[in-house]
Amino acid sequence: MKLQTGTRLGLYAILELARDPERTLSAADLAERFGVSSHHLAKVLRTLAAAGLVRGGRGAAGGYRFTGNRRRTTLMDIVALFEPAPGQRAKEPGEDTDIGAALQRVLLEVDEIAEATLRSISLETMLKPRR
Amino acid sequence: MVAIRPAQASDLPAISALDARLTGLDKPEYWRDMLAPERNLLVAESDAGKLLGFIAGEVRAWEFGQPAAGWVFAIQIEPKQRERGVASALFEALVARFREKGVTRVRTLVDRKDHLILSFFRAQGMVAGPSLQLDMDLA
Repeated sequence: MKLQTGTRLGLYAILELARDPERTLSAADLAERFGVSSHHLAKVLRTLAAAGLVRGGRGAAGGYRFTGNRRRTTLMDIVALFEPAPGQRAKEPGEDTDIGAALQRVLLEVDEIAEATLRSISLETMLKPRR
Repeated sequence: MVAIRPAQASDLPAISALDARLTGLDKPEYWRDMLAPERNLLVAESDAGKLLGFIAGEVRAWEFGQPAAGWVFAIQIEPKQRERGVASALFEALVARFREKGVTRVRTLVDRKDHLILSFFRAQGMVAGPSLQLDMDLA
C-alpha cells in the first residue's frame, strides 16, 4: 500500500507531536527529523490545525503542539484528511463493464481491509513501546 | 477494584443476559458449553459481586493447519463499566492461563467493521495474523 506524500507527512507530524503534547515543534524541526520538505510539512500542518488536531504555527518559524485525543484519534482519521474518500473517487473508464465491475469488487475488498486496519490503530497504540 | 475468577454455573444467567443485551442474540447454551473443563470462561466482578464483564477462550491446536495457540472467542464488558481497564484485566488473565498451558501465541477473529473491539485488541499489541478469513453465502 502506498500513501500519498501528504498523508505520510501528516502521520509523521501528528505522531511526533502526539508523543509529547507539551512540546512545540515547527515545520522546520519536523522536516529535519524526517528528512522531508519543510514547505510541504507546513502545508500539512495547516490541514492538521484546521482539523483541530494541532494548534500554533504563528509566523514562518511558529511551532505546533498536539491538541487532539491520542486514544480517540486513529490513523484513519489522519489518512482521511489527505486521501480522497473511496466514494468520492472519479469513475475510471471501463468500470461499467463486467470485468471492470469484478475488478472494482476486489479493490473494494482490499480497501475495506486497509480501512479496518487504519481505523483500529489509535495514536496511543502506535506510540506504545512494542513488547 | 476488579476481581477476575473462573466463571461458575451460577454466573451463566448474568453472562448470557449481558451478551444478549450487547449483541441482540440470546445464546445460553453456547455460554453453558464454555464451562467445559478445556475451555476458559473468566468473569470480572465488582466488590459487590456484580458482573462487570467476561472473556472466553481455549487453547486449540492444528485448527486450519496452525500449531497450538490460545483463541479468544468472546469478550464483553458492561457498557457503564468501560474505560476502567476491565477488558485489559480479563485479557491479561486469559493470556496468563494460555501461557500456563504452554502456548506462545494468542489469536482471535474480529468483525472488520467493529472498530471498538478491533481497537481494543490492537491496543493489547495484537496485529494481523497469518490467516485470512474467507466466507461465502450459501443461500
